[in-house]
Amino acid sequence: MTESTVTTHPEPNKIAPAVVVLHPTKGRVALNLRDLWYYRELIYFLTWRDIKVRYKQTILGAGWAILQPLINMIVLSIIFGNLANLSTEGFPRPIFTFSALLPWGLFAKALSDTGRSMLANRNMITKIYFPRLIIPLSSVLGGLIDFAIALLVLLGMMVYYGIMPTTAIWALPLFLLLAVATALGVGLWLSALNVKYRDVGYILPFLTQFWLLVTPVAYSSSEIPEKFQFLYALNPMAGVVEGFRWALLGSATAPGELMGVSILVALILLVSGLYYFRYMETTFADTI
Amino acid sequence: MQRNIAIEVSNLGKKYRIGGPVSRYTTLRESLVDTFAAPIRRLRSGKETAENTIWALRGVSFQVPEGQVLGVIGRNGAGKSTLLKILSRVTDPTEGYARIRGRVGSLLEVGTGFHPELTGRENIQLNGAILGMPRRQIESKFDEIVEFSGVEKFIDTPVKRYSSGMYLRLAFAVAAHMEPDILVVDEVLAVGDAEFQRKCLGKMSDVAKAGRTVLFVSHSMSSILRLTEETLVLENGRVAMQATTPEAVDYYLSSGFSQTGERFWFENEIPTASYPFYPRALRVMNPGGNVSDTVRSTEPVTLELEYDLAEPIQGLRLGIYLMTTHGETVFTAFDTDSPDLYEKFATREAGHYLSRAVLPADLLNEGRYVIGVNASVFRVKRYFQDEAALAFNVDASGAPGTQWSEVRQGTIRPRLEWEIEQRAGELAQI
Repeated sequence: MTESTVTTHPEPNKIAPAVVVLHPTKGRVALNLRDLWYYRELIYFLTWRDIKVRYKQTILGAGWAILQPLINMIVLSIIFGNLANLSTEGFPRPIFTFSALLPWGLFAKALSDTGRSMLANRNMITKIYFPRLIIPLSSVLGGLIDFAIALLVLLGMMVYYGIMPTTAIWALPLFLLLAVATALGVGLWLSALNVKYRDVGYILPFLTQFWLLVTPVAYSSSEIPEKFQFLYALNPMAGVVEGFRWALLGSATAPGELMGVSILVALILLVSGLYYFRYMETTFADTI
Repeated sequence: MQRNIAIEVSNLGKKYRIGGPVSRYTTLRESLVDTFAAPIRRLRSGKETAENTIWALRGVSFQVPEGQVLGVIGRNGAGKSTLLKILSRVTDPTEGYARIRGRVGSLLEVGTGFHPELTGRENIQLNGAILGMPRRQIESKFDEIVEFSGVEKFIDTPVKRYSSGMYLRLAFAVAAHMEPDILVVDEVLAVGDAEFQRKCLGKMSDVAKAGRTVLFVSHSMSSILRLTEETLVLENGRVAMQATTPEAVDYYLSSGFSQTGERFWFENEIPTASYPFYPRALRVMNPGGNVSDTVRSTEPVTLELEYDLAEPIQGLRLGIYLMTTHGETVFTAFDTDSPDLYEKFATREAGHYLSRAVLPADLLNEGRYVIGVNASVFRVKRYFQDEAALAFNVDASGAPGTQWSEVRQGTIRPRLEWEIEQRAGELAQI
């Protein structure tokens, strides 16, 4: 087993091209984020490509970005509202569910897209060099457009129900960032694992389903007994969803110290994902 | 002034793990049993043993000075592609190192990242970014790229509507304009029509003339001879020789052949890309129908290629290239050259085949010749190529002029219809 890294020595003389040494090394891998910066235009173009081709040859086109969360909302509202009759902290059930489906949709989409992303771009991986991190990264970023469209729908619904956003809305970007970080962290693990173990493709639907059930999308986290609250906070998406409701609707449960647990878990996922991905990266072209 | 070293490769090696022998499932029971046994086996196979690893490249060392065009030749599986993959940073070496001065651009990746749903214009931008071109560079070269590709009219059409030729031209145009410090070219010349190939070669010599380093991997000895001065010969993952191109080509074409007049291809010598074409054997036979390493110039010679098709192929043609050991092509011929056979085998069904050609008597001069074979569909796809499949000797005894024990110049030794006429009467004016 060999792990390899690439060291770049930029020449002091500007005209002389940089010297790259390719060699196998043992030990810790470097994240090499500077390389990522050099290829930043590729991140933009791949994200743009994903968005551009996503709804090609569909009748509804970008309408799917609105319909998907709407249908989800209706299904969840019927099951959890009419059958289980769970509390919505006094908000209209559609608004209550939809505000949670915003970040959840972003997360679930990122999970399925990143899981498939490496295989979908196999051609590029086996033929050219570029920082492989760009592939899962642009998969996650591509979901932000759908998120933005769904956000507009939510704002429309809030006008309809006469709910004013509270001043806490300033915190929304922070919760969005937390959602993206969590999605990227999990996505990095899934995409790197999927290169070697195609089992990931089969596990993914169950993982997504299970994760939805332990996230307070269709119910309020106040339903969770006090003694399990800490355990519950280990799911960063629980923090994200609660945060979204608080920032958008002004729900009573302001994120407390349990939020810190969510942030910590998200960071652990992200950093470990980055390192695992980098560690596996050198063998991608050979094993994919 | 001493030239800088553009590429320095030292003791480079790449080890691959290969799976053990895979047997076909014969019964449902066996396949069911295997379903449960497989995960355990897969976990066990985590161990590396001598049997499940191969060295695709080992102990390779060479240097390329800046501005040199270096040719790389070798048989299928000699490690050419692995070497290029390491140099273009797609995969990492297992041992040794490569020091590269400047940005490497390779024509390995023609069309990589092209998305069928995007238009030509969009694909140029995307592909440029994938190849590491800054956006400003793509924009400034956009018109040039479009003109070079010759697809102006369809630039806003999704590339899925392009013909394969247009697609390839556009893809090559982008790759050709990226201006790397070191250009790596692999076999692109094998696809596309003749005019396009000329453009490609032209672009490559432009790059070389501009003082940039080029690594040129090809199966075409004539291109190697024309475009490079120095060539690296790879054999079984090792450098067999680095020498001036004529010397290297001579070595390559005359080495490593068995003395039997017959060549068999083993499974590991057939690239996966050649599916559904499987070459089996190539033979040189004398008029008695016996396989022979040495044939007589004065007798007809039969060349026989045996192969399997796993699936029908439309428009398949099998080519034979005859070359001297100096790399000059003597002739090229295809088995469907005649209109009759061309019609009859418009589509070749799956099955086992023999394509046989008879070289007329009194054709070749004495010496050693190399047969190359190729299976392709004109302008669509090349399934298989082995440019040095088999070598044989031609013996000139009995050929015209053998009463003089001198070496005859020339590749062919035809029996010409000479007439000598003596005019009666006076001498011509002196």
